[in-house]
Amino acid sequence: MKGLRVFLWRLAGLFRKENLERDLEDELDFHLQMEISENLRMGMTQEEARSNALRRFGGVTQVKETYRETHALPIIPVLWQDTRFGFRMLRRSPGFSILAVLCLTLGIGATTSVFSWIEGILLRPFPAVDHQERLVAVAGMVRSTSERTDVSWPDFLDFQRNCTLFDAFIVDRIMGTTLNIGERADRATGSVVSANYFEALKVRPMLGRGFEPSEDFGRNAHPVAVISYRTWKDRYDGEPGVIGRIQMLNGVKHTIIGVAPEGFYGTFVGYSFQFWVPASMQEVFDPGGYKLEDRGARWIEGFARLKPGVTIEQAQAEISAVAKRLEIAYPNTNRGRGIRLYPLWQTPFNNAGTLLPTLKITMVVVCFVLLIACANVGNLLIVRAIARRHEMTVRLAVGAKSSRLLRQLFTEGLILSSLAAVGGLIVAYWCRNLMVLFFPARPGVTVYLPAEIDWRVLAVSAGVCLISTMLFALLPAMQARKIDLAAAMKSDAGSVVGGSGRSWIRSVLVLVQISVSFILLVGVGLLLRSLQGMQNVNPGFSTGTVLTTGIDLVSVGYDAERAKSFQDQLIDRVQALSGVESAALARITPFSYRGYFSAPISVDGYQTAPDERPTVEYNQIGPAYLATMGIALVSGREFTRNDNESGAPVAIVNEAMAAQYWREQNPVGQRLQVKDRWMKVVGVAKTSKYRTLMETPKAFFYVPLRQNFSIPINLNVRTQLGRATMASALAHELHALDPSLALSEVITMREQVDRMSWTQRAAVVLLGIFGGLALMLAAIGLYGVMSYAVSQRRRELGLRMALGASSSDLLQLVMSQGLALTAGGLLLGAAAALGLTNLIANLLYNVSPFDPAAFVAAFVVMAIVSSLACFLPARRATRTDPVGALRE
Amino acid sequence: MKNERADVLHGSLILMVLRTLDTLGPQHGWGIARRIEQTSGEMLELNQGTLYPALLRLEQMGWITSSWGVSDNNRRAKFYSITPAGKQQLGEENENWERSYGIIARFLRSKGESS
Repeated sequence: MKGLRVFLWRLAGLFRKENLERDLEDELDFHLQMEISENLRMGMTQEEARSNALRRFGGVTQVKETYRETHALPIIPVLWQDTRFGFRMLRRSPGFSILAVLCLTLGIGATTSVFSWIEGILLRPFPAVDHQERLVAVAGMVRSTSERTDVSWPDFLDFQRNCTLFDAFIVDRIMGTTLNIGERADRATGSVVSANYFEALKVRPMLGRGFEPSEDFGRNAHPVAVISYRTWKDRYDGEPGVIGRIQMLNGVKHTIIGVAPEGFYGTFVGYSFQFWVPASMQEVFDPGGYKLEDRGARWIEGFARLKPGVTIEQAQAEISAVAKRLEIAYPNTNRGRGIRLYPLWQTPFNNAGTLLPTLKITMVVVCFVLLIACANVGNLLIVRAIARRHEMTVRLAVGAKSSRLLRQLFTEGLILSSLAAVGGLIVAYWCRNLMVLFFPARPGVTVYLPAEIDWRVLAVSAGVCLISTMLFALLPAMQARKIDLAAAMKSDAGSVVGGSGRSWIRSVLVLVQISVSFILLVGVGLLLRSLQGMQNVNPGFSTGTVLTTGIDLVSVGYDAERAKSFQDQLIDRVQALSGVESAALARITPFSYRGYFSAPISVDGYQTAPDERPTVEYNQIGPAYLATMGIALVSGREFTRNDNESGAPVAIVNEAMAAQYWREQNPVGQRLQVKDRWMKVVGVAKTSKYRTLMETPKAFFYVPLRQNFSIPINLNVRTQLGRATMASALAHELHALDPSLALSEVITMREQVDRMSWTQRAAVVLLGIFGGLALMLAAIGLYGVMSYAVSQRRRELGLRMALGASSSDLLQLVMSQGLALTAGGLLLGAAAALGLTNLIANLLYNVSPFDPAAFVAAFVVMAIVSSLACFLPARRATRTDPVGALRE
Repeated sequence: MKNERADVLHGSLILMVLRTLDTLGPQHGWGIARRIEQTSGEMLELNQGTLYPALLRLEQMGWITSSWGVSDNNRRAKFYSITPAGKQQLGEENENWERSYGIIARFLRSKGESS
């Protein structure tokens, strides 16, 4: 009660300041006048009366100050005063201020940028979507192996019907097509979605309508599409009349029924989608037939929105129970299958999952950078605190409370870090699209990886600013508290080894900086080694001499028969081109974004466990594919033109599959059942890499393209000719066959492989940038400490010189001090690095987290940089003028 | 609040101010200062300036109120008067003081006897 009353009184005081000052003035003036007249009455002279009154009153200014402090909320006016004073102090030493703000801007800017990426890419990737914090990603799972799968449409409908803790389930399946508008044909990326998509996400189309519930059903019955705002603007000139227009999509006429609002890019982290079609059109866009009535066909990548207040664990428990019931009801398709929910930031089927490890490690790294930056500023502040000791001493001597001095130092720190936080936000704004740079360009894909600078990022930035202020302002402030008046006065007179008592704090700071930068350097080294290892790993096929390109016949309306004759003619023409060693078709090429089909298999004599239903991935390939790709045959033969519709079904398995299912036997000549079809194994191919370089050898087989036909195909060409030469030749052949066909991007297999390792590349670049930053800051810190030490020891150095020390003696003396610090930091860093490098183990390929080469390289770089940072001050030491130094 | 200890130290000043206002009625600052000095038989030389922050604190506590008026010599002056809460506080302070005084006195006496 009492506290509150005083508080309110003081709060009111803030607003009545003007009057109060005048009243106080009046009151004190009245008092003095009364005292003076009393004194005059007692017979003093005017002069005496006045001085007596003043003496008895005490310090008028002090009374006023105490009065003011008692009166108002003490913190606010004092804070204001501190702030103004702080600014004055910082302006007085602009060099220090600029350096400190720059260091902090780097630290805070790095932290803010990375957090804004995390916010925009992982935490809140869909700003246009209402309540995205309640969205979870839904994926299937093979329970025995925890392997992730997609979800089937009938299962999806059952979840929607039977789960009570969810607002809605949403189907989202990425797919590509060619968008032909007028003369221009471009690849476009879109999505097959459930009809509730826009409604469930609470995204209202800005023109036209979203999908209606009935549009989920009926095989290919609802050729309607919603297009994105950007597509509308770029491809349809923003015409309002676009609604109702007919647009060919994958060979089927679609009616455009709506335009999504600006700022909605779909729900695939990393890409900006151009159009959406309802689930009933699945067959048109998703190869592999009509899947809406097949519980075994898993193709859906989905999301679900939880009801308010429901945790992901509760939701998981409920959906697992439903999945369990489905297992019992449909053992053929669902046995051993579960469902797993992921928070958005762990979404496994888009770039959130891909970027998660990189962003996590980057966040740790920028925290280190921030730490180093704070250590630097702390160091600078300590130097200044020593320089300002006189000021502080005087202030203490005239009666300032030490808490007030602390507050003053803290305020100055806060000014520095607030300026830096503003700078940091600007840096973050500049870097908001940086992640896109790491992303490999692909035709038809609009990469969209924005950072999000919202109030959370601002809050984090403010928090970082506060924390760093505590970190760097605390040390000098602690010292201010300990100032011992007498000692301070004395040491101001100057001693031979002035201020050395305090240098240990600075040394500790430098020690920390060196060790942290060392850790970062080791991290960069490990990632570089890993990237190098990936460059050198043999994917199992030729990379430099094989070119690949996609040929899209679907979107220009080819049916299977036309496509077959087209494909035959094309391969003949390409093989006849000069410079072409061989050419072959395949449904997809290794390391492409699109996935392989997989099928349940069985093999004579191979006993499966009761719950096991072996499923193996395969590719459909044309004749000479293995030779073209440079995949060696171990035994048997390649497919030929005779392995067609009329020939007996055949397959080629890889060595891993042969070893797993046929054990010691040679599978050539044996039978392999794929789904319900028996095939004869005619060859065994070397096991290669299929999706990523990091994968372990896995079972895989090939079937002839003609026996498992696919209209969308890839053309692979083995040639010594350059890409551009080949591309123009291919374009010419394509046009000769069908003028309406455009050649899509031609790339080498090397590029195809490199695109899949872009996260590693991004990690190296990011870690490289931040590691370099850390190294630079640490070098500045070391340089600062050494320079200061030299300037402090001027007298001592001069004395030594006067007594006959040579300049090399002095060089050695100073260098050894700096290098001792470095050595300590390196030892500490090495110990910490051994414990920490495990954190990035999942980003490493074929490199031990304790790789000696990375450690040695980091050691050498660190040693060179710190020797340099010590050498410059040491050389200055040798130029000490002994006479001048001693005379000072 | 963190000034509690200081308040205890200033306790005697508070007691004197409240007592003065209780017996003399509304007074301006100078009047209170004079009164305290006179009553103490000029034994206590008050640093008069410290009186004003103390008066403000008492006002914040609600023990006294102030209003502007005109002094005997026709000058604008701020007059302080004690409130009912102040009177109650005076009673408590008085009691406190008596008690501590009693304790100290007994303590001193007992020391005297033993020596």
